[in-house]
Amino acid sequence: MADPMRIRVAARDGMVNVRVLMSHEMETGQRKDGAGNLVPAHYIRNVTATHQGKTVLSAQWGPAVAKNPFLEFSFKGGQKGDKVVVTWEDNKGEKRSDEATIN
Amino acid sequence: MKSETYFIAGLAALASIAAGCASMSDQEAAEKALQIMKASFKERGQAKLDRLDQDEAQKLCSNPPSVTLPKDVAERIEKANLASIKYPADGKLMGDWKLGERIAQTGVGKQFSDDPKQPSGANCYACHQISKAEISFGTIGPSLYNYGKLRGASEPIQRYTYGRIYNSQAFTACSNMPRFGHNGILTEQQMKDVTALLLDPASPVNR
Amino acid sequence: MKPPSISTLLAASGAAAALFAAAQVHPQSAVDEIAKYRQQLQDGNPAELWEARGEGLWKQKRGPKNASLEQCNLGKGPGVVKGAYAELPRHFADADRVMDLETRLVHCMVTIQGMKPEDATKRTFGSGSNRSDIEALTAWITSESKGVVMNVALRHAKEKEAYKLGEKIFYFRGGPHDFACATCHGESGKRIRLQDLPNLTEKAGAQLGYTTWPAYRVSQGELRTFQWRLYDCFRQQRFPELIFGSEASIALTAFLARNANGAAFNAPAIKR
Repeated sequence: MADPMRIRVAARDGMVNVRVLMSHEMETGQRKDGAGNLVPAHYIRNVTATHQGKTVLSAQWGPAVAKNPFLEFSFKGGQKGDKVVVTWEDNKGEKRSDEATIN
Repeated sequence: MKSETYFIAGLAALASIAAGCASMSDQEAAEKALQIMKASFKERGQAKLDRLDQDEAQKLCSNPPSVTLPKDVAERIEKANLASIKYPADGKLMGDWKLGERIAQTGVGKQFSDDPKQPSGANCYACHQISKAEISFGTIGPSLYNYGKLRGASEPIQRYTYGRIYNSQAFTACSNMPRFGHNGILTEQQMKDVTALLLDPASPVNR
Repeated sequence: MKPPSISTLLAASGAAAALFAAAQVHPQSAVDEIAKYRQQLQDGNPAELWEARGEGLWKQKRGPKNASLEQCNLGKGPGVVKGAYAELPRHFADADRVMDLETRLVHCMVTIQGMKPEDATKRTFGSGSNRSDIEALTAWITSESKGVVMNVALRHAKEKEAYKLGEKIFYFRGGPHDFACATCHGESGKRIRLQDLPNLTEKAGAQLGYTTWPAYRVSQGELRTFQWRLYDCFRQQRFPELIFGSEASIALTAFLARNANGAAFNAPAIKR
């Protein structure tokens, strides 16, 4: 079970600002270990964020994104108390979903 | 990490610190610090515990800047280190500056994480500006840009430069610069290459 | 599909690479630009992931005694975590020795949770999925001192002695490179390559240097503690391996932490 994300959601100037810190190795698949073997690729492929069930962000990531990625984005139309859910899925099929409330 | 090592370090410390009194003299502090150093390290890779044995220069140079070394002590250190310099038997002091630049850029060598079979670098750029093109340089030592252009490459200058690289404390007691020849960090050929980097008119240092 | 407005800040390492391409760039402006880049990384510091894990480990019942660390005394009373790091290292009567945070944590893991010392120190520095509990605990406990003014006392005779010994060790020159801590950290305004070096023998430098550890080290992708910082300095000084929680490490920490007194603690931070 992957580590939880840390999500901060704040309503600011008519926009909702979301900041997410994800825990993930984001291994590119290009590195070699001490013995000279390729470390297998393990990185987040898709990120989806929903507000009250409606998609507000959809992202396709790859090995260029750094380890323990930090994502920040904004969207319109959210109110205090609304739920924002962030989900990621990686190339091994592992998934993680966390939610936060707009404050 | 062995539990015995942790415990022994702890017990030895308890025993020795319990014996200490309220205020130590400087000499006592120095002796105790040495004791503690030896008990606080373990060998790993090529780094054995004998690396904590200080030679004369290291012992005398382990002071805060508030302690100025007496002139005769400084001279003694310089004289002893000057005597240690071994110049190349073939009399040639300059090698290939291109190899010298690589040696100046390389920071590995002698760490317990380094492969002892691989050659060491001198890591000159860590502390010095050398060529103009390389902006990633440190400032612990003076700039060496135009080193040869300013001095020429006469025989005495070559000897001084090679000697400086071999053993910086031959000229400046307690110098911060590692003694690359004296402590076996660089080979004779490597030191010739670095000398060339500094003195060869074709080297980017002098253009 | 029209993408929503996104301002995405990714902690990718490519940003600074472009700076070195231009041969005309002045070294100081490169240093300044790197500092700006590091400032941008402060938000979303992955150290928070270690802090969250550490808080969980502090409260979780573990070890042969199936106890949590919530009664561990870090110097301000059992279970008092807020502000504790700003007063460490200090003398602890129950062990009758000066301890830094990490040695005190091991002490509590052994005495309260019943762990064997070798189990408590099995992994002091983490690597990827091989995690260090001490690093996580340190991350959380130090975060509870963020903003607190450094206040290391030198009351007990052993605290005074630790400081004096730490100072001696700071100037100890040794190894094949003749390096001491002071070689790099004994003068103001110096740098190695493009990394500015704090002068740890003066108040301003010691404050800057000490109050920003532990830190998330981007180049390693790991949260690194002060014990790690000392261990890695000695590795680069060409010394043998510094033993975790050794007397030398505690004495040096006492010397440097005390020198940092008066500044607000500012970690866990983020570094290159």
